[in-house]
Amino acid sequence: MQFTLNGESTDIDANPSARLLDVLREECGLTGTKEGCGEGECGACTVLIAGEPVCSCLVPFSQVAGTEVVTIEGLGDDHPLQHHFMQEVGAQCGICTPGMIMAALSLGDNPTLDEIKVALAGNLCRCTGYSAIYRAIMKWKGMPA
Amino acid sequence: MKTAMSEVDVRSARSLDEALTIMRDETRVPVAGATDVYVAANFGTLEARRLLDIWAVDELRGISLSGDTIVIGALATYTSLIKSPIIVERLPMLVDASRLVGGPQIQNRGTVGGNIANGSPAGDSLPVFSAVDATIVLRSASGERRVGFNDFYTGYRATVMKPDELIVAVEVAPVEGKQWFRKVGTRAAQAISKIVVAAVRAPSPKISFGSVAPTVVRVPRTEQALASGASIEEAGRVLADEIAPIDDLRSTADYRRRVSVNLLNRFWSDTGTTSS
Repeated sequence: MQFTLNGESTDIDANPSARLLDVLREECGLTGTKEGCGEGECGACTVLIAGEPVCSCLVPFSQVAGTEVVTIEGLGDDHPLQHHFMQEVGAQCGICTPGMIMAALSLGDNPTLDEIKVALAGNLCRCTGYSAIYRAIMKWKGMPA
Repeated sequence: MKTAMSEVDVRSARSLDEALTIMRDETRVPVAGATDVYVAANFGTLEARRLLDIWAVDELRGISLSGDTIVIGALATYTSLIKSPIIVERLPMLVDASRLVGGPQIQNRGTVGGNIANGSPAGDSLPVFSAVDATIVLRSASGERRVGFNDFYTGYRATVMKPDELIVAVEVAPVEGKQWFRKVGTRAAQAISKIVVAAVRAPSPKISFGSVAPTVVRVPRTEQALASGASIEEAGRVLADEIAPIDDLRSTADYRRRVSVNLLNRFWSDTGTTSS
């Protein structure tokens, strides 16, 4: 099945019923996307499809044909938001971090704190208490934090 | 790669005609945004082994007006409802409901048709469609029929749908009166409802509750009490007697009955100042 993965045209032979999460981790070797709850609550498996955050544990691979998928690996190792997460200690155990960052990428320019909270409402973190995560995103967006 | 899904066979349809033909010829459970079906699959409770993926059937995705009637395609996502000027202007309580379905990831994939077909008594959009007496449009290879939303469910997760039918749209006639929606869950985001209610303040009020019975329910005795001028206290007593909530993992019957009455009071006071 053909789709675009992190900007590159990709052809993967996997069961159409497979979860996108499993295809990414097992077939594509991209283990940055994490599995948390398996029911769309925690957001750890968040990736972008056509620019929209989705839970890859709930996406049948059949629905990926012809689309554009971006995972945390698609950001490279030097994305400014990654640096802000490190500087603000927005990551502790790290399991939620890739999903948090992918969800944050859907934010437009000049978001309010409330808009940031809404954009991240589908991502759970059990370590940070969220404040450091919001701070990292606000600094990335050039907001006073 | 062997996973829990390896035993599940998925066919994809690219058009409504193709989907209806497959539904006529094979026994398959339709799957749209998969936000319910794949949760069941991940937990090993999905009984179906053959699915029909209809996500790519774009002709079911629109939100439009037919005269004064709102026509919501079955594959309209919560995100598309939130962004739709038609819904924002004419059915704002559906925007309120959509914002409270999971997080953005779920709102981007979950669909109206899926919420209705899944039939959870806690489904967040269902009280809205119930309160406005929406019409569900069902289609099969042999034709189309319309079912009143409040005649659609026959019991817990049971509907009048035939195995070869798909929900293709929901129709909502113009709503007269002030719309009101409230969901009570464990936290502000990502909660499954303990109680969910949608209501319209009009000379004949329309009130629908989720999570208080095996299906979403209208409360006709309570509506009638309010329409005939009963006090809100009297109406609350009628409501407490009319609903039949249960104890389950999310809440208790006593809590749900008490909160339902509180929500009725809140609906009445929030919508009391004007009649539009």
